[in-house]
Amino acid sequence: MQAVQGFLDHYNYVVTIFLMVAGLYIVIARGNMVKKLIGLSIFQTSVYLLYIEPGKILGGTAPIIDPAFTVYSNPLPHVLILTAIVVGVATLALGLALVVRIHEAYGTIEEDEIFEKDGDT
Amino acid sequence: MSARPETLMLAAVVIPFAAALAIPLFRRAPNPREAVTLVAAAALFLAVLSLLPSVLGGARPEWAGVTVLPGVAFAFAVEPLGMLFALVASALWIVNSIYSIGYMRAHDEPRQTGYYVCFAVALGSTIGLAFAKNLFTLFLFYEALTISTYPLVAHHRDAEAMRSGRLYLLLLLGTSMVLFLPAIAATYVLAGTTDFAAGGILSGKASGALLTVLLLLFVFGIGKAALMPLHFWLPAAMVAPTPVSALLHAVAVVKAGVFTVVKVIVLIFGVETLSASGQSGWLTAVAGITVVVASLVALKQDNLKRRLAYSTVSQLAYVVLGAAILTPISVIGAVMHIAAHAVGKITLFFAAGSIQTAAHLTEVSQLDGIGRRMPWTMGAFAVGALGMIGLPPTAGFLGKWFMLAGAMQTENWLAVAVMVVSTVLNAGYFLPIVFRAFLRAPPTPEPGHGAAQERAPAEAPWPIVAALTATALGVLALFFLPDVPLALARMTMGR
Amino acid sequence: MSSVQAHLPALQVVLPLLGSLFAGFVRREATGFALALAVSWTAAVISAVLLWQVLQGGPISYHLGGWPPPWGIEYRIDLLNAFVLLLVAWVGAVTMPFARRSVAFEVDEGRQGWFYCMYLLCLTGLLGITVTGDAFNAFVFLEISSLSTYVLIALGRDRRALLSAFQYLIMGTIGATFYVIGVGFLYLVTGSLNMVDIAQRLGSVPLEQTRAVAVAVAFLTVGISLKLALFPLHVWLPNAYAYAPSLATAFLAGTATKVAVYLLVRFFAVILAGSPAFGPLQLADVLLVLSIAAMFVASAIAVFETNLKRMLAYSSLAQIGYITLGIGIANQAGLTGAIVHLFNHAIMKAALFLVLGAVFYRIGSVKLHDLAGIGPKMPLTMAAFAVAGFALIGTPGTSGFVSKWYLAVGAFGHSGWLLVLLIVASSLIAVVYVGRVVEVVWFRPPSPLAETAREVPPSMLVPILVLAGATIWFGIDTRLTADLAGKAAAMLLAAVR
Repeated sequence: MQAVQGFLDHYNYVVTIFLMVAGLYIVIARGNMVKKLIGLSIFQTSVYLLYIEPGKILGGTAPIIDPAFTVYSNPLPHVLILTAIVVGVATLALGLALVVRIHEAYGTIEEDEIFEKDGDT
Repeated sequence: MSARPETLMLAAVVIPFAAALAIPLFRRAPNPREAVTLVAAAALFLAVLSLLPSVLGGARPEWAGVTVLPGVAFAFAVEPLGMLFALVASALWIVNSIYSIGYMRAHDEPRQTGYYVCFAVALGSTIGLAFAKNLFTLFLFYEALTISTYPLVAHHRDAEAMRSGRLYLLLLLGTSMVLFLPAIAATYVLAGTTDFAAGGILSGKASGALLTVLLLLFVFGIGKAALMPLHFWLPAAMVAPTPVSALLHAVAVVKAGVFTVVKVIVLIFGVETLSASGQSGWLTAVAGITVVVASLVALKQDNLKRRLAYSTVSQLAYVVLGAAILTPISVIGAVMHIAAHAVGKITLFFAAGSIQTAAHLTEVSQLDGIGRRMPWTMGAFAVGALGMIGLPPTAGFLGKWFMLAGAMQTENWLAVAVMVVSTVLNAGYFLPIVFRAFLRAPPTPEPGHGAAQERAPAEAPWPIVAALTATALGVLALFFLPDVPLALARMTMGR
Repeated sequence: MSSVQAHLPALQVVLPLLGSLFAGFVRREATGFALALAVSWTAAVISAVLLWQVLQGGPISYHLGGWPPPWGIEYRIDLLNAFVLLLVAWVGAVTMPFARRSVAFEVDEGRQGWFYCMYLLCLTGLLGITVTGDAFNAFVFLEISSLSTYVLIALGRDRRALLSAFQYLIMGTIGATFYVIGVGFLYLVTGSLNMVDIAQRLGSVPLEQTRAVAVAVAFLTVGISLKLALFPLHVWLPNAYAYAPSLATAFLAGTATKVAVYLLVRFFAVILAGSPAFGPLQLADVLLVLSIAAMFVASAIAVFETNLKRMLAYSSLAQIGYITLGIGIANQAGLTGAIVHLFNHAIMKAALFLVLGAVFYRIGSVKLHDLAGIGPKMPLTMAAFAVAGFALIGTPGTSGFVSKWYLAVGAFGHSGWLLVLLIVASSLIAVVYVGRVVEVVWFRPPSPLAETAREVPPSMLVPILVLAGATIWFGIDTRLTADLAGKAAAMLLAAVR
């Protein structure tokens, strides 16, 4: 019972870890390059959650000094993650661009087929 | 000459390297290219020679250099032993260059520019090694010497040359990295320095088994000294052109080896420390065995250059033996023998190369009557042979005399026996060549060849003859005028 | 003048960034090259001035935007990163003149402008990682340098360059994300992103939270190790180095992995200084074992590699092993050895890869059998290869000897003869793979391709000779390298106690 309670108390971490592991699994297990990139994005998204969750306080507001509010959410993680999202988007865009070029060069985006084509050189 | 000794010392190290940089500029014009070598050789000899009076006068020029590791510097200093070595090497570079020019052109060898560059680098390394202030600096030039002579050994680039070159490189680099360098590191750890100093730096710092281990590491780590069983690179290196063999055997390489051994025994260990410890008996034995066995092997060689190579192995062991007897007088003998052997052996190799150039003969058994056709060459050969055997009036006599005196003094009967036996053996493998050349009738010419042509005097090109005559005279001169080397040798021992 | 001097830490990063933007807009090859050259040399001068300032007046703390730490981003320059800045900026500056012809030869016509844009961006990222004192800022710069590196690699003409870039992108992003997870955990525990601040706060962390710190250390180590290609996280590196344009390879081999090593050292110092978490994880031992594995396995692979770029890449892995070995040893001499080898190896590897770039420029191949007999045709270039190769082995008189000496002394102090023996033994493998190339290049009869080769023009030759000369220079005169590295190591170790 206590285990279930602890599980539910930390459900946000469970979600984060699930996304993290799922994303990493896709990157490793899939040979299709676009799927790999999707996995990579999921993996990165889990990190966004990891940062943002602890920064949010239930009932807290944006940190604008006002006598009406005393509980604020931490703004720093939000700012950090904005940056991280930009990085993530850039990575994804570059990755997809590379996949397009690879498709032009090899005619496929399946890793095993590409390795086969390079095998003769 | 009013240049400061320090400047002269550094100039001596720099000149050959500068020549190595200048030679490729003239790769399309052989005459100016050779001129660069000759001018550099002359300049080097002058620089070393002008250094001599101040060193004899007791000056010890030094250049503190730069600190590489704490307590380990890249620095130079002249002491008498290094002075003598530099003097011999720089003088022989001149004659060897003249000889090289004659030989390389007569044989129409390829890659001559690279050859002269490597030669100059090798000489620069030799001078750097002679003037090194500490073991670290010496080691740098020791390795540079190995690397710069490797292309010379492998000069012909055929399978055999490459094989010998690889053996040469692996054995010399291998022993130095695996044994010599750890020995230097251990010395540094024990003494806190690697600077050479009169009386040694290890007295009171190491004793007993540690001393033995260290001596073992040094003696066998210095593979260039060619002590058995690490001698076989030397006969293998005979595939090189003859002037290279002269460089290896007389001017630089093996001399650098025995020079380093003597320097380590005298200035790192200290003669007193070693003889007091009683840890060096095995070294006398190893050197003695090498002397005798190498002489026996030489007896059986028909190829002239191989016979000379084994003779070198045996003569080098002599120097080590002299140092291992561990009396001042025997060390003086060893130092004298470095100079004497250098001049003698270069004469012999020059003669061998001359025969190869003019008559295309390489085996001892082919040399019947060659003395009549090549009187200068074989005359010089005879003088060189006397020097090797150690008979007066040649340079070899003095060194052996001092060593023998040292051995008697310490009642080291093993060493005495070795010297007596080896003198007989030396005579055994050198004198028959001389007899054969002068007293046997030349072989009856094969049909088709003009008999008159075979018998007519047919010396090698004049640079070759000039070079070998000069060194033969040197062998004699060193006997009649031994003052300078003897003074330097005495000063090495602090007397 | 003095106001410019006060802003040098920011200029160090901002100048290349602006240069990169400008090069991106203009997109012309000639302008891009001129810009890259000018910016690289300016950055090199700035790094030298910064080092001088640190030597004179101690660590510099620069508050970006005027926000004081720990709230704002702090650029904090002490001896260690001033030294690394110097290395990165100067390797960039010295190799840059080589770029013009090499890039024109190896990169497609329309893309050459982009090369310089991406090069400057990469320089920005690498300098940024080094200069910043903020853990998250370092992540951003890490990604800037990585993203531009992927593009640089993909600019290679071989289609396998695309594949290598993609593989590197996947691995690199995973590494960077691991890093950011690690930083996140540290932030959760300490509430700070400033490295100095983190170190101080970790000292007062309650014991029940050390598990979070341990997790942070694990993520950080794996993440950074991916970037620095620690065995067995190295698989992206050989192909990336082999198929990237030559100049990019030379630059990256000299700088990118080195900056990652710097980051590892920095984090270990931060965490070692404040927290007991390093101990229970036995990270130092793990690092030792992996380093030794890298030294032997990678060297052994290099012996059998016939594509010389790949051979040097594997040799890089082995050499990185030496550096991480020094970090794992973690005593004064070991750490000095690691830092000094970081510097020395960068220079020798840059020289070697430039030589291959020069060879490729002349004969269009870096296969060993095509290089047969090329030595006499390109004597200066191949002599430089031999010299840098000797440094790789650790021959006395070259910079490699100095680093290995310190490593050996450190290893002896750590666990005695065995480790010293391993260092010496792995150097012997380097003798084989370097010696093999030297022999083929100098003593074999020329291959059909090598027959027509000539020495490269001065703009390519001079950088090679300068770098090769530097390997000798720093083997003799160690005032800049070993002395500084020793002081930096002492500083790090003093923080630990």
